[in-house]
Amino acid sequence: MNRRNFLQATAILAATTGCASIVGGSRPHVVVIGGGYGGATAAKYIRMWSQGSIDVTLVEPGGAFVSCPLSNLVLGGSRKIDDLTMGYHYLERRYNINVLHDSASSIDPAKRTVRLLSGAVLNYDRLVLSPGIEFLWNELPGMSVEGAQEKILHAWKAGQQTVALRKQLEAMPDGGTFAMTIPPAPYRCPPGPYERVCQVAHYFSQHKPKSKVLLLDANEDVVSKGPLFKKVWKDRYHNIIEYRPSFKTTDVDVSARTAISELGDKVKADVLNVVPPHRAGAIAAQTGLANMNKRWCEVDFITFESTQAKNIHIIGDAIQVSPLMPKSGHMANQHGKVCAAAIVDLLSARTPEQAPTLTNTCYSYISDKDVIHVASVHTYNAEKKTLLIVPGSGGVSPAPTELEGRYADSWARNIWSDMLT
Amino acid sequence: MKPNAITPAIALTLALLGTAASATQAAEPIPQGARLAATCTSCHGTNGQIQGNALPSLAGQQKEALLESLKAFKAGTRPATIMTQIAKGYNDEQLEALAAYFAAQKQGGAQ
Repeated sequence: MNRRNFLQATAILAATTGCASIVGGSRPHVVVIGGGYGGATAAKYIRMWSQGSIDVTLVEPGGAFVSCPLSNLVLGGSRKIDDLTMGYHYLERRYNINVLHDSASSIDPAKRTVRLLSGAVLNYDRLVLSPGIEFLWNELPGMSVEGAQEKILHAWKAGQQTVALRKQLEAMPDGGTFAMTIPPAPYRCPPGPYERVCQVAHYFSQHKPKSKVLLLDANEDVVSKGPLFKKVWKDRYHNIIEYRPSFKTTDVDVSARTAISELGDKVKADVLNVVPPHRAGAIAAQTGLANMNKRWCEVDFITFESTQAKNIHIIGDAIQVSPLMPKSGHMANQHGKVCAAAIVDLLSARTPEQAPTLTNTCYSYISDKDVIHVASVHTYNAEKKTLLIVPGSGGVSPAPTELEGRYADSWARNIWSDMLT
Repeated sequence: MKPNAITPAIALTLALLGTAASATQAAEPIPQGARLAATCTSCHGTNGQIQGNALPSLAGQQKEALLESLKAFKAGTRPATIMTQIAKGYNDEQLEALAAYFAAQKQGGAQ
């Protein structure tokens, strides 16, 4: 039998018996929603660590994975989007994961079913949600005008938007201004905006030397690697980058390409890049799992199981983070592994590891070659029931180097392989 | 479809209907050290089998050599960009488990 037949059969069974609990026969079935850094990793590691004894279905609307990390280099011009794009075929062929290019439209936690956009219904023993983020467009009223989101780009989900923003930068005349807005923390990829302005400034310095970069940050100060970025801006991009903290964008005048702050300040740009405030991916919020501030999903850090619904695990940017845990691709990959191990244990009637450890490494390219990092090690604290940084561990680079540029490239190759091949 | 054809999916459905819910086919436990090693493999490749040539493969190195390196990173006596910061996140028992795990993996073998 092949997997597709098996899934069709279980779907028919559910429809005919109305009873999800016996579906799946003797083999447990895990459905993973979202094939990014978290979900793809979880899917692969569940197959690997269960020695193939757990069936895994991965639901991912995109035909291929496109990496957000390194996508700022597409804006800077040193990488192409194809360099960051990889298929899911190894997960299918090498790990026998059933990859469905579809979207989850609803989840029934009581029946343990997921309905897909295509109409198919999947039954699960455990569900892994790695839904990424949903933008809160209603917090920027002007962005809901028809056509606004094609004119003013976020490029905060890598792919078409990244390519389109690069085109806007290429089309901008020399002497123009690129402005980027940052939402209040927590947001996806804390150092990402600061890396992005370096990349745009790097491009301008080589091709449009009279142009300017303006960074409008809702936060009071640079959120990540602050002293390093500020030194780079001063030393390398002195006449290009201007940093404006405490500029909380609350509206956008799309036709005038103008960001409007909470205090009514207006900043007009030739290319305006708006990263809206965001929350857990739509399917998580819609299922009622975004139980922290109606934005993020609280989880038990031993298993990454939702505190809101049994048998549903949530990983990646969608979760309510522990202290000093960034919303990063590396962290999502680490969530995926802890979650995969816990699911294999739970479905094999074993107790999950009670003191999981996770690492984080974020590299930022401040030019096409030179790179800085921030790293940390997090471990479970039973008393506080959260993940805390191991005292004395972690840190940042002393200064940008080409050596770290080679390590950053190696990081990307290896983490992509760790999740996809 | 031929009138009497039974698709594999329907045949399987019928088979599953006759099956009572049975106990999970328990997998072997996750190998000793694998979870902790998975904190390294985002950068060092699944099971320590490295992609590219910027870093050496951890898989298949001698345990003693790996442990010595890890301890030197932790003590700060071996310079590094990042490993001096990461190694401080593990106690000596964990470093020992990591060295043992990677030493036991096949160098560049199929995953």
